[in-house]
Amino acid sequence: MREYQNIFTQVQVSAPDYPGVPIGEDERNRTKGIVHNHLLGKLGDAQIGPIYLGALGVFALITGVLAFLIIGMNMLASVNWDPVQFVRQLFWLSLDPPGPEYGLSIPPLNDGGWWLIAGALLTLSIMLWWARTFRISRNLGMSNYLAWAFGAAIFLYLVLGFIRPVLMGSWNEAVPFGIFPHLDWTAAFSLRYGNLFYNPFHMLSIAFLYGSAVLFAMHGATILATSRYGADREIDQITDRGTAAERGALFWRWCMGFNASMESIHRWAWWFAVLTVITGAIGILLTGTVVENWYLWGMKHGIVPAYPPLEAAPVLDPMMEGAQ
Amino acid sequence: MKIFDIKLFAGASALAAVMLGGCDLPPQETVQRGYRGTGMEAVYSPEALEEIVAANQVPAAIPAVSAEGPKASDIYQNVEVLGHLSVGEFTRLMAAITQWVSPDQGCNYCHVAGEGFEEDTLYTKKVARMMIAMTQNANQNWDAHVGGAGVTCYTCHRGNNVPEQVWTIGVPPRHASGHEHQMQNVAHQASNAYTSLPFDPFTRYLLEDNPARVQGDTALPTGHESAIESTEYVYSLMTHYSDALGVNCTHCHNSRAFGSWEESNSERVKAWHGQQMVKQMNNDYINPTNAWLPAYRQGPLGDAQKVNCATCHQGAYQPLLGANMLADYPNLGSLAPPAETNPAEDAMDAMKDVIDEAVDAIQEMESAGLDQDVTSSGEAH
Repeated sequence: MREYQNIFTQVQVSAPDYPGVPIGEDERNRTKGIVHNHLLGKLGDAQIGPIYLGALGVFALITGVLAFLIIGMNMLASVNWDPVQFVRQLFWLSLDPPGPEYGLSIPPLNDGGWWLIAGALLTLSIMLWWARTFRISRNLGMSNYLAWAFGAAIFLYLVLGFIRPVLMGSWNEAVPFGIFPHLDWTAAFSLRYGNLFYNPFHMLSIAFLYGSAVLFAMHGATILATSRYGADREIDQITDRGTAAERGALFWRWCMGFNASMESIHRWAWWFAVLTVITGAIGILLTGTVVENWYLWGMKHGIVPAYPPLEAAPVLDPMMEGAQ
Repeated sequence: MKIFDIKLFAGASALAAVMLGGCDLPPQETVQRGYRGTGMEAVYSPEALEEIVAANQVPAAIPAVSAEGPKASDIYQNVEVLGHLSVGEFTRLMAAITQWVSPDQGCNYCHVAGEGFEEDTLYTKKVARMMIAMTQNANQNWDAHVGGAGVTCYTCHRGNNVPEQVWTIGVPPRHASGHEHQMQNVAHQASNAYTSLPFDPFTRYLLEDNPARVQGDTALPTGHESAIESTEYVYSLMTHYSDALGVNCTHCHNSRAFGSWEESNSERVKAWHGQQMVKQMNNDYINPTNAWLPAYRQGPLGDAQKVNCATCHQGAYQPLLGANMLADYPNLGSLAPPAETNPAEDAMDAMKDVIDEAVDAIQEMESAGLDQDVTSSGEAH
């Protein structure tokens, strides 16, 4: 009998078409077609569909595609509609927010206006998608952990692109749409506000982010390591002795004295993930609005270690010395 | 199964090769330059260093000559910036400049054969005069940046008519009509070290007078306004500094507080004076030559080719790795003293004296007249 044993498993579950549990009136919002794909089956379930789309899904897709097209067409315009240059420079291209001279006013379309429209459409799309996660959870009789977790990420997105720029009084504070340009923005943001590493909420966010990665690795490895005892069928494992679940728990108890339970490990994971974006969003929200320079803020509050001076004569600001 | 693994391995190797393509191969040399744990260190690739050393050798100096004897301005006509040199020194410097700037064209790059040396026929001669004055000014007034080594024409020219690394005011690449190009997010721009940052940081900071200061200097907001956009411009300028000098950020900065002078190396103060010096060069010496320049020596907007850090540094933390070439050519060390006799100025001064005397006379007469007004009728007018 084949088993889940290796880093790359050869086991693939194949099953007949399964339309899912009935959800009553809302059922008409589900597509009918079902296909099976062997390659996707190597990564997850080989069955594709039926998909629950609904009005929320349709409008989320329409607004999302519109935002995507506006961003793409603006990038294409910036290289004179040249498809070769578009591909060659794709990672550099961007749709930028309006310049600082516009503040919060509505700029001309070609000087930030498209950015505003694309941002509004993308926000609408994400909100509709959020409502959809809420609706589907309800249809399946689930509670709404997914929707709230997604909502936490959306909060960070809104802080970056809307709430903080509005508080700062300038769209220019927001993030551009572009691969390298949004990374430039991230670096420039930290440089402008005196090093984000001294922002305690940034510290927390990093701790939760790294913690999430560690927890994910611990949990994933534990379940895979015990899948030979059927750990992938968690639910009937929890209460019995000698099962995969108990072995997994015992591993951690023997390894570090403490083990999460089969239920609580998912609570750990959920909170770590959610707190990553919530603390991150708070950190961004405070930057520039109530704190100007995080390094100096850190000095004031004693979290910046002092080093001995580098040079015999202290380095002074040349503009303070009355030089030119 | 095996074949699959080999393919995977080959794919991963190819991907790794692509990802690491932009990196220097190890080993690297690391030199600690700040307090331990702060990451303030210089990283050198010995291989790259060899290239830099090879590219920064100083050419042999022409044997020195006597500073005694008649002045160049006594022998030659129309010598403005080097007239105070002895004829011997003047001739030696002309020969050196020919080696440094126009080794292929020789004297005829600036002087027309068969015409008197005093003629300003060629634009190159007029530009050369400005550039000599610029060099003298740098050596005389910018000790804070070039002190210890000084600069000569060779520092930048290295045998080229125009230094290899110059800049002109940036224009956006071809874009759709009606599209407002943001002057950034363009691939393969050497000016910003191939990032997607603004590709012309020079106009803002090496031509216009904008302090490159974006951080507020208080913990809490006190009205300091500086957009993220400005930070990206400064960031772009800093990638140029880094690229031009072949150093990383920590050559000047402690990366935990880029804005703090107390945390910085003294090199940062040097760099700051360099920025002010380059601004002066571009505004007072380069831009005035623009009227003489042919179109092929101008940028797309018709401006002169200007100086930035790379013009002199050319990848070395000190141009020519700090060699003091000025010691061999001290005549470039200071500006020409103000001319003792200048017919035009003399005439102007004489005129002024006449006017002043006249004014004094009138005032005296007026005050005398006023007195008379009080005492008698006022006939004195």
